[in-house]
Amino acid sequence: MASKDGYMTMLRRCLALGLLALLLGLAQPAAAQVQDQGRPSDAELQLMQELQGQGPLTGRVSIPDQRAATLIQPAGKEWRDFWRGTSPWIGGIAMGGMLAILLLFFLIRGRIPIEGGRSGETITRFNGLDRFAHWLTATSFIVLAITGLNIAFGRDLLLPLIGPEAFSAFSDAGKVAHNFLSFPFTLGILLMLVLWVRDNIPSRLDLEWLAAGGGIIGHGHAHAGRFNGGQKAIFWSVVLMGGAIAATGYVLMFPFTVVADVGGMQTTQMVHSVLSMLLVAVILAHIYIGSIGMEGAFDAMGSGEVDLNWAEAHHDLWAEEIRAREQRATGEAPGAVPAE
Amino acid sequence: MARMKFLCDAERCIECNACVTACKNENEVPWGINRRRVVTLNDGEMGKERSISMACMHCTDAPCAAVCPVDCFYTTADAVVLHSKDLCIGCGYCFYACPFGAPQYPQLGNFGGRGKMDKCTFCAGGPEEDNTPLEYAVYGANRLAEGKLPLCAEMCSTKALLAGDGEIIAAIYKERVVTRGYGSGAWGWSTAYPDSQGV
Repeated sequence: MASKDGYMTMLRRCLALGLLALLLGLAQPAAAQVQDQGRPSDAELQLMQELQGQGPLTGRVSIPDQRAATLIQPAGKEWRDFWRGTSPWIGGIAMGGMLAILLLFFLIRGRIPIEGGRSGETITRFNGLDRFAHWLTATSFIVLAITGLNIAFGRDLLLPLIGPEAFSAFSDAGKVAHNFLSFPFTLGILLMLVLWVRDNIPSRLDLEWLAAGGGIIGHGHAHAGRFNGGQKAIFWSVVLMGGAIAATGYVLMFPFTVVADVGGMQTTQMVHSVLSMLLVAVILAHIYIGSIGMEGAFDAMGSGEVDLNWAEAHHDLWAEEIRAREQRATGEAPGAVPAE
Repeated sequence: MARMKFLCDAERCIECNACVTACKNENEVPWGINRRRVVTLNDGEMGKERSISMACMHCTDAPCAAVCPVDCFYTTADAVVLHSKDLCIGCGYCFYACPFGAPQYPQLGNFGGRGKMDKCTFCAGGPEEDNTPLEYAVYGANRLAEGKLPLCAEMCSTKALLAGDGEIIAAIYKERVVTRGYGSGAWGWSTAYPDSQGV
């Protein structure tokens, strides 16, 4: 065999020329390697360098869909890492952390009672339109949050429990609900913005309220108008984050109409998912304080009528204002006529 | 079992688009959907122009499968990445994750109008029973079950597009590279099959 002869020749050469010659000789038959045979052409090197870059590699296609001209978009990998790695952690820490804080708070503080108990006398806090705007946003938000979290966490949490067919049916219906309920949600946010923005302008009172612990931590009560610092924070969270979530949601809903490329869609999806999970965390605290967290608070959005003692404890300036207005309306001296 | 792969030799592709046409015809792909496409880079530049036929690369660690909210993807024994249209909800996430732009969506639903995702199946049909009318209607041809390879590569006139067992097509390609005397133009190979060496 020729190769065996060659090998024997090399052995002889190795004996004569030493170790270096052996290594060189052995390397010779293995030279059928791609890299050793030829050097890439300059054009090819250039193309490969483009491929290594971070940006997408785009050419020309003869089919109508011009997005197909993007040959390779490496950003998909980063988006994948975000969606399967970072995003669940952000959401889990924000929402799980909030639930833990609320549970801990409830165990320590319990339900905050109305100071001095219920007076039996009520004043109107939110009229029908106020409550319509709130519950329109609230009900659509709950469905949007559940169906959205299903997309983020359902595969890991719900799919193993109910199986792929049931999970897909639920997710499919959820997607439709998520798309359609975005409209009442957006309408609700716009309504709340128009109705309540003038009472939600931040002021010095809010800082004092915050310094006094907001009536939640500790027992002292700071002065507050119609909305205290905490409520203003909720209002602006809902308006700004909710608004941004709605805006990014519509961009996602009409793919490649507002943003032109996949990178834009990826960024939009990341903003949408992170803001949504943070807003869910904020709203969890809002739901807590408006239901089991504080006595008398639910009435504001339930019947719209709040107990006078609750109003004076939490919104003293607003309660005074309302009573002054009622007195002006009836033209009577203070205390002569009850509110109703 | 074989590890099925695609390989497009950019030195050979002449942008005839026959693979695109063959794919559409063989699988009766609906309007607006191209499971395979030919992209020309540096169009019209002397010596720099290269055309590459691209479809689903049936990745080893498929990003589409990783991000799918309903986990509708699966990998066959031949390492072909397929999905169930019964489970797909048409959310579009696989399109955001795919490096090759393989997932396609028919304009069916409301708003952005994404119906269930459609992509190259390596002519391996879908989760339905092999070569049934149902499988053909939903996923297209199942040539692998008939012992044939994907039609796009089978009828490529310059044999730029290769499809088949990864080891065999890599050997064919290496031989070409050695004969030419210069390097590789195997597009997307290192992205789709990161754990395979060479080419």
